Amino acid sequence: MRNIITIAVLCLFGGLKAEARTITVCPSCSFSGIKQALAAAVEGDVILIKKGEYQEGNIIVEKPVTLRGEGFPVLDGQNEAEVLTITANNVVVEGLDIRNVGASYLEDRAGIRVRKAKGFSIRNNRLNNTFFGIYLEHSASGAITGNKIFGEAVQEMSSGNAIHLWYCKDILVENNHVRGHRDGIYLEFVDNSKIRSNISEYNLRYGLHFMFSNNDDYFRNTFRRNGAGVAVMFSRQINMWENKFEYNWGQASYGLLLKEIYDAEIRDNTFRENTIGIYVEGSNRLQYRRNEFIRNGWAIKMSGGCLDNIVTANNFLNNTFDLSLNSAANNNTFDGNYWSSYNGYDLNRDGTGDVPYQPVKLFNYIVNRTPEAMVLLRSLFVDLLNFSERVSPVFTPANVADNRPLMRQLAFKR
Amino acid sequence: MFKILKYSFFDLTRSRWAYIYTAFFFLFTVSLLWLSGGMSKVVISLMNVILVLVPLIATMFGVMYYYNSREFTELLLAQPIRRTTIFFGQYLGLALSLSISLLLGVGLPFVLYGIFGSPEVWNFMMLLIVGVFLSFIFSAIAFFIALRNENHIKGFGLAILVWLFFAVIYDGLFLLALSLFSDYPLEQFAIGASMFNPIDLSRVLILLKLDISALMGFTGAVIQKFLGTALGMAVSLTVLSVWVILPAWGIRRVANHKDF
Repeated sequence: MRNIITIAVLCLFGGLKAEARTITVCPSCSFSGIKQALAAAVEGDVILIKKGEYQEGNIIVEKPVTLRGEGFPVLDGQNEAEVLTITANNVVVEGLDIRNVGASYLEDRAGIRVRKAKGFSIRNNRLNNTFFGIYLEHSASGAITGNKIFGEAVQEMSSGNAIHLWYCKDILVENNHVRGHRDGIYLEFVDNSKIRSNISEYNLRYGLHFMFSNNDDYFRNTFRRNGAGVAVMFSRQINMWENKFEYNWGQASYGLLLKEIYDAEIRDNTFRENTIGIYVEGSNRLQYRRNEFIRNGWAIKMSGGCLDNIVTANNFLNNTFDLSLNSAANNNTFDGNYWSSYNGYDLNRDGTGDVPYQPVKLFNYIVNRTPEAMVLLRSLFVDLLNFSERVSPVFTPANVADNRPLMRQLAFKR
Repeated sequence: MFKILKYSFFDLTRSRWAYIYTAFFFLFTVSLLWLSGGMSKVVISLMNVILVLVPLIATMFGVMYYYNSREFTELLLAQPIRRTTIFFGQYLGLALSLSISLLLGVGLPFVLYGIFGSPEVWNFMMLLIVGVFLSFIFSAIAFFIALRNENHIKGFGLAILVWLFFAVIYDGLFLLALSLFSDYPLEQFAIGASMFNPIDLSRVLILLKLDISALMGFTGAVIQKFLGTALGMAVSLTVLSVWVILPAWGIRRVANHKDF
């Protein structure tokens, strides 16, 4: 009977097929369910979902349609099912409130999953307590914008990522606010994508996590109070500009972790009060410019063969340690930065200090060898040690130095 | 005892040095607050100064005060007053006046700056508590040394040596031990060793309050687990009290047996 009605409706609007039809769904409408409306819809239709609660389990979108919520209708997975699964191209999902996907140890359920699709747009949705928030696999040329994805993750093992991209290309992730997941934004094998102006906070592991992804940009994001900050690993040509890394403070925390990264540019970022501002392992040919390091434990900690890096025109303000290196060999350049702990002079008034600044302190070297010595941090003896070492360097690498330390703090407009 | 305490206290508060001491802390704190915006940074800078200067001044002041008021002490000894009463009265008067100088000098600028509305208030309180403890500890040690030595030069020398030992040499030996035995797990040792030096213990207590424990990696975690809890706090305050009681007990012993 229903089929007949559907066919009748289809015939009725047959003449207008070129234009998008709008199918309205509400609890008291003739279409009371989203699945029902989807079955009736054809390519290009808009399914307008009115305010209400819809508990329909897993809804699969196989047609290129637009799902538009009005007054944030609630799609509840009742802790048992993935809510939206999109397998068609050019699908738009907007204004929905998706809830309660429920954790699973067997499958990666998501609030919204896009599988092998192109040209999608997922915008201005609210996702609450979805195991994985938005999960993209083998998809391309889409946008995830303006979503609020709030989770209640407690344990790394039993939580998912807010935005999870796997084998994707040309994706835009913009203006999202993610909170309380395992990773805020996770990218694995994702190329040519842009992560812009997102806020990622209070996640258990990383605010943003890059793995094996090349030619990506992330600009103007804020990463705040995450378990360990941002991790960028095994990736090439990543541009990291104008981000804020703040308050990632804890035993194993850092603002930004770089592991096996080549040819990236890190500029105009602010690192504020992280245990380690940037933790670098085995990364070559990186450029650090115009960053601001404010009150971090370590501003930059390099280990395991970092070569040909250029650190220039940065502000290092009141960090406990400005720099830590664990190898004596160094061919990185640290010229032309402002260091708040520099106390040299500038006789010829060219704006740069006449005495080179050595960012690696003796105490730093001692702490690298015996971490327990950290108990003596800020004691008079350690200050004396550092002073005598500065006057005549014996242990610290003499070639790790800023030969043109700036006398005045660089002014950045942030 | 209270009468002697009162007498010593007012005698000291009228002295020029007490004013200089107070004024120094006041000006120093004001200029720090003036120059740097953040309170937490000021607390750290002040910590460095308080940990070095308060013990030094307390030591010097203690020795000096004892030697200077010797005639008055002899006068008192001729009266029918218990010896412990006399010396504890003098000691407490000294320690109290030093503490009040510190509290006024450091506290007043912070109060004017509006510490009570800021989240730093507990770190600041910790700083003051530690400062008061250090005043009491080191003036007791100084009194003890002065009582033991009639020779002024020897007394001064010993007092300075004791200060130097706790402020610098102890940390050097500590660091040496840490690097010599770096193959062994040293966290317990690190906690134990800092308990035996009131200056180190004070420093660690403040640093933990300032959340630097995260910097300290595993060691920090162990220390935080021990000292960061209410129990650890109680233990360390007890240890600091023991550091006051020990030299005070020494004063009592020497005072009772000494032949004036």
